[in-house]
Amino acid sequence: MSEARAELTYRDALREALREALLRDPRVFLMGEDVGAYGGCFAVSRGLLAEFGPERIRDTPLSESAFVGAGIGAALGGMRPIVEIMTVNFSLLALDQIVNNAATLLHMSGGQLAIPLVIRMTTGAGRQLAAQHSHSLEGWFAHVPGLRILTPATLEDARGMLWAALEDPDPVLMFEHNGLYNLRGTLPAEPVAVDIERAALRRPGRDLTLVTYGGTLPKTLAAAEQLAQEGIDAEVIDLRCLRPLDAETLLASVARTHRALVVDEGWRSGSLSAEIAARIQEEIFYELDAPVARVCSAEVPMPYAQHLEAAALPQVEGIVAAARRTVTSRA
Amino acid sequence: MKEPSLRQALALLRVMMLIRRFEEKCAELYSAEKIRGFLHLYVGEEAVAVGVCAALEPDDAVVATYREHGHALARGVAAGPILAEMYGKLEGCCRGRGGSMHLFDASRRFYGGNAIVGGGLPIAVGLALADRMQGRAGVTACFFGEGAVAEGEFHESMNLAALWRLPVLFCCENNLYAMGTALARSESQLDLCLKAASYGMPAWPVDGMDVLAVEAATRQAALAARAGGGPVFLELRTYRFRAHSMFDPELYRERSEVERWKERDPIRALVERLRCEGALDDAALAELERGCDEEIARAVEFAEAGTLEPVSELTRFVTSDRSAA
Repeated sequence: MSEARAELTYRDALREALREALLRDPRVFLMGEDVGAYGGCFAVSRGLLAEFGPERIRDTPLSESAFVGAGIGAALGGMRPIVEIMTVNFSLLALDQIVNNAATLLHMSGGQLAIPLVIRMTTGAGRQLAAQHSHSLEGWFAHVPGLRILTPATLEDARGMLWAALEDPDPVLMFEHNGLYNLRGTLPAEPVAVDIERAALRRPGRDLTLVTYGGTLPKTLAAAEQLAQEGIDAEVIDLRCLRPLDAETLLASVARTHRALVVDEGWRSGSLSAEIAARIQEEIFYELDAPVARVCSAEVPMPYAQHLEAAALPQVEGIVAAARRTVTSRA
Repeated sequence: MKEPSLRQALALLRVMMLIRRFEEKCAELYSAEKIRGFLHLYVGEEAVAVGVCAALEPDDAVVATYREHGHALARGVAAGPILAEMYGKLEGCCRGRGGSMHLFDASRRFYGGNAIVGGGLPIAVGLALADRMQGRAGVTACFFGEGAVAEGEFHESMNLAALWRLPVLFCCENNLYAMGTALARSESQLDLCLKAASYGMPAWPVDGMDVLAVEAATRQAALAARAGGGPVFLELRTYRFRAHSMFDPELYRERSEVERWKERDPIRALVERLRCEGALDDAALAELERGCDEEIARAVEFAEAGTLEPVSELTRFVTSDRSAA
C-alpha cells in the first residue's frame, strides 16, 4: 500500500504546520513582525493572512518585548498563541519576558499559572547576514529551567513539532535554522504526529557517535557519508529537543560506539556542546575510548565576508577531520 | 452622599484599614525575622488599589507590581495565605515560592507580583487581547509605578494596546519616587498623562489619596474600555509614607515632605468625610479597627501554623505536572 506523498520544502512544511494548527484549534493565532501582509521575513507565513484574516495573523509593531509578553498574557488568558520573532538575535529584546516571566511564572505561582505559548524564531548563520542576524543562541535558552527548546532539522519535524509544541502546557521555543528553509523532500500528505521528548537516531553506526541538532544536521550527515567511504562507520544523533535533553538516547549511543563528537553551531565556551560533553563524562566515562571532541563555531562575532563566515562555521571537512582524530585517538 | 454610596465608602474604608494594619504587621514581622527577602510596603497608597479594584468585576484581570500586598487584599485574596506566602509556607498563595514580591491567585485573575519594573505591562496587553479575541467583556487593570514610564516595555505596551484598542486600564501609581529617584531626576517630560495621550488614549490625572475619586475614575475608564473604546491611562497621584523597602534609609527626601503628605492620609481623609456625613462615629470606627485587628491576628495564626513544602517538591511546577494529564 503506497501512501500519497507531497513534495515540499522545510519552509512549506512549517507553513503547513501553521495552517493545520490554525484549522484545528480556534484558540491558535500567529503574531509577530511582518507575519501578515509581508508573508513572514522568511516567507513561512505567506498566504496565511488571506486565509485566516488579521485577527489570527497579527502583524505587530517592532516591539519584541511587548508582543512576546502579550503572547504570555494571551496564553494565560486561554489562547494558544504562536509568536514569531524574526531572528534569535532580536529575541534578546524580549529576554525579560521569556526568562523572567514565561520560564518562571508556573513555578513561582506554585503551579497556578501555566503558559501554553509557542515562540518560533530563526537561528544560525550561512547567509552572509553578519553579526546581528546570524548567531546560534538556542543553547542560552536551553540553560533556563521552565522552557522547552526544539530544533526541527527535518521536514517531518518542521511539519510535526509545532502541533506537539502547542499541546505542551508550558512555553516552547522553536529554533528554525535559516539554512534549512530551502531543504526539499517529500512528506505524507496527511500530518504525522511527532514525539518531542526524544532525540532521533538519524544514521546508525558502530565507530563513533556524532551528536548534533538543527542546521548542522545536514552537514553532519554529509560528513558521516564521507567517513563511510574511509571505512569509518559514524552514528548520527539529532538531539531535536535541547531542553529537556534526551540523555538516555545520547548516552546509549555513545555507550555503544565508545566515542563521541559534538557538532554545534553555537560557540564553544559555556555552551550546549560543553553540557553534552560533561553529561557523557559524568555518566559513562568508563565507556569512552577517546576524549569527547567538539566542532563549534569560531569564537568571533559572525563576519559578513563569505570566506570568513564559512571559516567561522562548522563545515563537513572539519567534522570529518575531527571524527578521524577521535576514532584514531585513545583515552 | 446617598445611602448606597455611604455603605460602599464604609466598605472601601474597611479594606484600606485592613491593608494599613496588614502592612504594619508585616513590618513588625520583618523585624522579628519571620519575613525575609525584600519587603515593600504600601502604606499611604491604599486608596489606589482599593479604589481601582472596587470598580472591577470578578472576571476582570489584575496585573500588579512587587509592592502588591494591598492589591492582593483589595482583589479579595485572604490575608492568611498572603502572610503565609511571606513566611515561605506551603499554605501561602504560591506555596512559598514567590514571597512578598510575587503574589498570585489565578482564581481571582490576580496576576500580581511582577518584580521587573515594566515587565507586567506586556502581560496585561496579552490578557486583554485574550479577552477580546474570545469575545469576553473583561478589562485588565495593570498597576505600575511612575518609574516604569522610563522603561521601553511601558512604551511598547502602550502603543500595542492603543493600536489594537485593547481593554487595558493602565494604572500608574505616581508616588514621585522610583526607589530613591525623584521623577524630575529621571524624566525629561514630567506630565505623564501627556506621554500616554501621545499614544492616542484617554489619560486622566486622579487624586490617588481619595479612594472615592479613584473608584469613580476607574469605573468610568472601565466602562469606556469595556465598550471597545480601547485602553485608558490613569495617573494616580499618591505617596509612599514608609521607606521603599526595609533596607532604605530614605536619604533622598525630606522628612517634612513625608509629613506634608501624611496630612493627606487617605484613610484619615475618608474617616473625616464619613464623620461629617454622620455615617461614622467613634464606636463604629473602633468596631472597624477591631475587625481588622482580628483578621490580621487570624492571618498571623494561619501563617504561624503553616507547614514547609517538602524539599522533595522543589522541582515540582518547573514544568506542568503531566501525570495528571
